[in-house]
Amino acid sequence: MTERHLSAEMRTRAEELLELYPHPRSALIPICHLAQEQDGWLRPEAIAEIAELVGLAPAEVLGTASFYDMLHTEPVGRYLVAVCTNIACLLRGAYELLDHAEEHLDIRTGGTTADGMFTLEEAECLADCGRAPICQVNHRFFGDLTPQSFDTLVAELRAGRHDAEVPPHGTLVRVRRQGGLRVDEDTIARERAAMSAAIAQRAGGGGSS
Amino acid sequence: MTVTDAPRIVTSRLEWSDSYSLDRYLDTGGYEGLRKALSMTPEQVATQTDAVSLLGRGGAGFPAGRKWSMLRKGPVPYLVVNGDESEPATFKDHLLIERDPHQILEGIVICAYAIQAARAFLYIRGEFALGLERVQSALNEAYEHGAVGRDIFGSGFSLDIVVHPGAGAYICGEETALLESLEGKRGFPRIKPPYFPAAIGLYGEPTVVNNVETLSNLPWVMVHGAEAFTALGAGRSTGTRLFALAGHVEKPGVYEVEMVKTTFRDLVYDPALGGGVPGGREVKAIIPGGVSAPWFGPQHLDLPLGQDEVAEQGSMLGSGSVVVMDDTTCVVRAAWRITRFFRRESCGQCTPCREGSGWLERILRRIEDGSGQDSDLDLLMDLCDNLAPGVSWPPQQTTICVLGSSIPSSIASGIRMFRDEFLVHVKDGGCPYG
Repeated sequence: MTERHLSAEMRTRAEELLELYPHPRSALIPICHLAQEQDGWLRPEAIAEIAELVGLAPAEVLGTASFYDMLHTEPVGRYLVAVCTNIACLLRGAYELLDHAEEHLDIRTGGTTADGMFTLEEAECLADCGRAPICQVNHRFFGDLTPQSFDTLVAELRAGRHDAEVPPHGTLVRVRRQGGLRVDEDTIARERAAMSAAIAQRAGGGGSS
Repeated sequence: MTVTDAPRIVTSRLEWSDSYSLDRYLDTGGYEGLRKALSMTPEQVATQTDAVSLLGRGGAGFPAGRKWSMLRKGPVPYLVVNGDESEPATFKDHLLIERDPHQILEGIVICAYAIQAARAFLYIRGEFALGLERVQSALNEAYEHGAVGRDIFGSGFSLDIVVHPGAGAYICGEETALLESLEGKRGFPRIKPPYFPAAIGLYGEPTVVNNVETLSNLPWVMVHGAEAFTALGAGRSTGTRLFALAGHVEKPGVYEVEMVKTTFRDLVYDPALGGGVPGGREVKAIIPGGVSAPWFGPQHLDLPLGQDEVAEQGSMLGSGSVVVMDDTTCVVRAAWRITRFFRRESCGQCTPCREGSGWLERILRRIEDGSGQDSDLDLLMDLCDNLAPGVSWPPQQTTICVLGSSIPSSIASGIRMFRDEFLVHVKDGGCPYG
């Protein structure tokens, strides 16, 4: 048993996720999100622990995670700025915006600022085309962008003025699940049978009034 | 005017700033459809849905009721709900997820009751952080309210719903890739047959996969009845539908309009909808139904927004996206960007798609940059022919899923409609639009 990398809280939350699925592997991606919430990216130590939690080899976890754009196997900045350049944003000036973002942040697309604050990405359509051109910062939307409003956004992020709605990179869902069944399938089947009988009785017209 | 007369079936609450809260939902008739459904037998609920001939709103347009009836009697089936909206310029499910999550949950419980599913998984695109938080909050409220969970509203019916975040992969919108992803694997589409997850779905069990907008219609259908729904629209395209209007229009956005009774021209020009093209410029082309769809020209503007009507003209309503490109648009650049998207999102399983998308993108790139050759147009069409033999519509398929056969649509549309513009790029060694 190797030393644990996930914090006690993350470990508890990971175990809660495992309970939600009939097969542990289904919790793989949600737990990867948790690991990113803790570390900002998917560290090799986290991958090893996730593998142990879902009953796979670390290579299988890495092989799955590397398929998905949101799971980062290398460090990223505190703020991941993803500028969409797909067709709807392209028609409304997205490449001009991306060029400006590179210049303003003084990094190329894919790069991270020297202070570790910003990573710039070129994104595919993020489904907010009514406000094109748009970007996401840590998967929170900012629309109707101009070069000027982009600079303002960057300054505000640096000053911490969006901290309430934009948590550090990796934190995806801040609402914890409450409630939910932990009932075995037999109980469900028994309840279903009783319900069907009640429905049949009502339909037959011979039931209670 | 027909454009504004139809009732709003799935966007009725959007005028409220707190449309996503349980209190607002209950104040506006929320969960009444579920109560009605639970007073009926599951078969009656399924029959009512079948009667409205609700065509799936995800992209393929398959009748929802037919999917349900394909389930064989057997072990507890799963309901999987597709909220992985990723088709470029499609942003209507995103709106429903953020602004009316209870309506989705109510639709899920109604559907699960009809097919007697014990577990439902709501797969939400990972990039929708706010949407995921709104849906999880709504689900917590719904458990507390007794609308989800054990013995729902005292009916004896129990259902667990799990909100599952994706992690960024377009292909997971394809239903078999979505199931793979939900199983914790790479989003590789499954080989068909079986064509429908009703035969072999999640964990190899019978599964129904429905789209978020499709299920959002169910509460209204339960309350108002099948006849009220089928009174809207015409032919096979019943009810209303959400259209995500983007690109060169004054008022891009999501609009719920009556199917068939509304035309592309209404959508683009009506003051209550798109409000026209900025600067009074002309429509050069429109992309109906997502970037997998062949393009239309201005001559198609009066075509009704109906599934069969659009199919007869050689394209599709698909995901409900409509992109307007005005006369300042470089179609080579547009086709290049769409092809680049497919190259980035190809899962890599099938050679024609994995290799073809890259070749096509590089050729389009060099034409746009001014280093194209005379033979490039034929080469593009030849490669398209390898991906979708005949380059016809609907396309022939050479790959496991339809991503590969969707790649030629924008390229073939661009070359067929604007061949001269491609040739000018090659002849003049650059893009005339700068």
